[in-house]
Amino acid sequence: MTTATTDLTTDHSRAVADGAHTHGAVKPQGSRAERRTSFSLEDIPIPAGREEEWRFSPADRLQPLFQADLGSSGVTVEVTAAPEVTVETVGRDDARLGTAGKPGDRTAVTAWNAFQQATIVTIPKEAVASDVTSVRVRGVSQDASAAHVLVRAERHSEAVVVLDHDGVGTLAETVEIVVEDGAQLTVVSVQDWADGAVHASSHRARIGRDAKLKHVVVTFGGDVVRVTPDAEFTAEGGEVEMVGLYFADTNQHQEHRLFVDHAVPDCKSRVTYKGALQGAGAHTVWVGDVLIRAAAENTDTYELNRNLVLSDGARADSVPNLEIETGEIAGAGHASATGRFDDEQLFYLQARGIPETEARKLVVRGFFAELIHEIGVPSVEERLLASIEAELEKSMSVITGAPTA
Amino acid sequence: MPTLEIRDLHVSVETKEGPKPILRGVDLTIASGETHAIMGPNGSGKSTLASALAGHPKYTVTSGTATLDGEDLLAMSVDERARAGLFLAMQYPVEVSGVSVANFLRTAKTAISGEAPALRTWGKEVRGAMENLRMDTAFAERSVNEGFSGGEKKRHEILQMELFKPRFAILDETDSGLDVDALRVVSEGVNRAKEQTDVGILLITHYTRILRYIKPDFVHVFVDGKIAEEGGSELADRLEEEGYDKYLGANKTVSA
Repeated sequence: MTTATTDLTTDHSRAVADGAHTHGAVKPQGSRAERRTSFSLEDIPIPAGREEEWRFSPADRLQPLFQADLGSSGVTVEVTAAPEVTVETVGRDDARLGTAGKPGDRTAVTAWNAFQQATIVTIPKEAVASDVTSVRVRGVSQDASAAHVLVRAERHSEAVVVLDHDGVGTLAETVEIVVEDGAQLTVVSVQDWADGAVHASSHRARIGRDAKLKHVVVTFGGDVVRVTPDAEFTAEGGEVEMVGLYFADTNQHQEHRLFVDHAVPDCKSRVTYKGALQGAGAHTVWVGDVLIRAAAENTDTYELNRNLVLSDGARADSVPNLEIETGEIAGAGHASATGRFDDEQLFYLQARGIPETEARKLVVRGFFAELIHEIGVPSVEERLLASIEAELEKSMSVITGAPTA
Repeated sequence: MPTLEIRDLHVSVETKEGPKPILRGVDLTIASGETHAIMGPNGSGKSTLASALAGHPKYTVTSGTATLDGEDLLAMSVDERARAGLFLAMQYPVEVSGVSVANFLRTAKTAISGEAPALRTWGKEVRGAMENLRMDTAFAERSVNEGFSGGEKKRHEILQMELFKPRFAILDETDSGLDVDALRVVSEGVNRAKEQTDVGILLITHYTRILRYIKPDFVHVFVDGKIAEEGGSELADRLEEEGYDKYLGANKTVSA
């Protein structure tokens, strides 16, 4: 579904699972299970732009990352680890790399083939990290580069790992996430690039028996940011919670394409992504593919995407896809809604003496509030609130024409 | 004494076919402490008057004036009107997802009085006002109007009226959809505000029921966008008996 941004409201309660969008408006390209994945550049050629997985993307702006000759000088990677966590820098031949699934699109395959060194963050078995582990990926030049990060939570370990992306860079990145049996891992990836940055990131997660992954994606800055998180269950009892928050300004393209692969029984997935848009040319894309394979009985899944359009000229595309190959499921649903900032809400708040800019802020804060609390990492929540306030200041200047405070 | 003065007010509503005139010359003066009931059949323009005075963008004032204490109300933005002391209890209060009642009340109170209310006394005041309106205090943590029943929405409107202490309050069909108990509770709230703040009230209603609890000083009958008849509370009693047929027979241009 491509949601037009007119005549809808921001009354989120009115969106219902199947009334809020149409099925079949987009001609499906066959099952997600048939999508080509490969480590080989030859298997996944440079896209023309009309392919299903690229049809919303600005292929021209992503061109540098489609090339096979990516370097490594454009970014630096620094890790500040919790004391229980080990950090290594390894070469391409390390056997632990490439175990969380194969690349599924062109930038994922160029990233895989070009990286020289990988950063491996390991939470040893049964270790409980006492602090957040921070991985800082900093763009230092516009040289198109590749980077590779692997986060391994060994069995029954617990940790929070936050990846931060900032500076100006042109980066194709792979983030592999391996959650072994019984482990509980939170991975937060923040894309807060400076203007001019172009970033394509393939997150590939494997979730073991009774393991839980909380995967959080936050996108604020950068010209083009395209994150494609894949999650695959390898044994029963696994759970994944995928949370995303994005805020696109004038001429920013922010794309999040998720794939949850329920290949085994008794697993649970929850996907909640919310985004706000403001300014001409702000474009967000959310695609949520969930595949429940024939063997995946007793699967429980729900995915939701909400977009709030704050000004004219912005565009939000939202496409939930649910494929179900077994009748024996515990629950499966999805919802998608895109609304404009609502004149009636504005009138109600203003009629209580609240000036327009303050009223808009209240509504946007309210839109994101619940989601932020779901993240469950206080230091990240605080930063997010501050970032949202900064975005709001920008948004008010767009709306009222007044200079930012 | 503060007054709300409406003179020869003409208002159009935006429709797909262009502007459509609704109010055709309304004259009304409300002084502090007075309660004016505006009654009339559906489609007579009662709610348009309420929305236009509050500044709803859908309505355009084509001629006439409205002043609050001599200040030109129509020149003010919606929030300026509220800060000048005008309050509208809405017929259909709007949901604001993710914004708690407590946060909303504090934000609005701060905007209206120009400074944040003192934390300790404000909390007490809110809790007290909620108890008076038989609202569970857990209510404060819910999102504004989200999932509220019709009765809860109306109590929440009157709660705001009690807390914000406006100089003039317009109650737009606050009685509609309320059962007898809720109607009594809400009416008590309005009467408390009258006693405590000398607020002038414009009470818009289709039915006479609420006037058993809130005594009007004046009753105005609205027909086809203007006041067709005025009187004291005895006029309401007569409407109770006779209905609006007499007015509609002569002036059948507005459909419900």
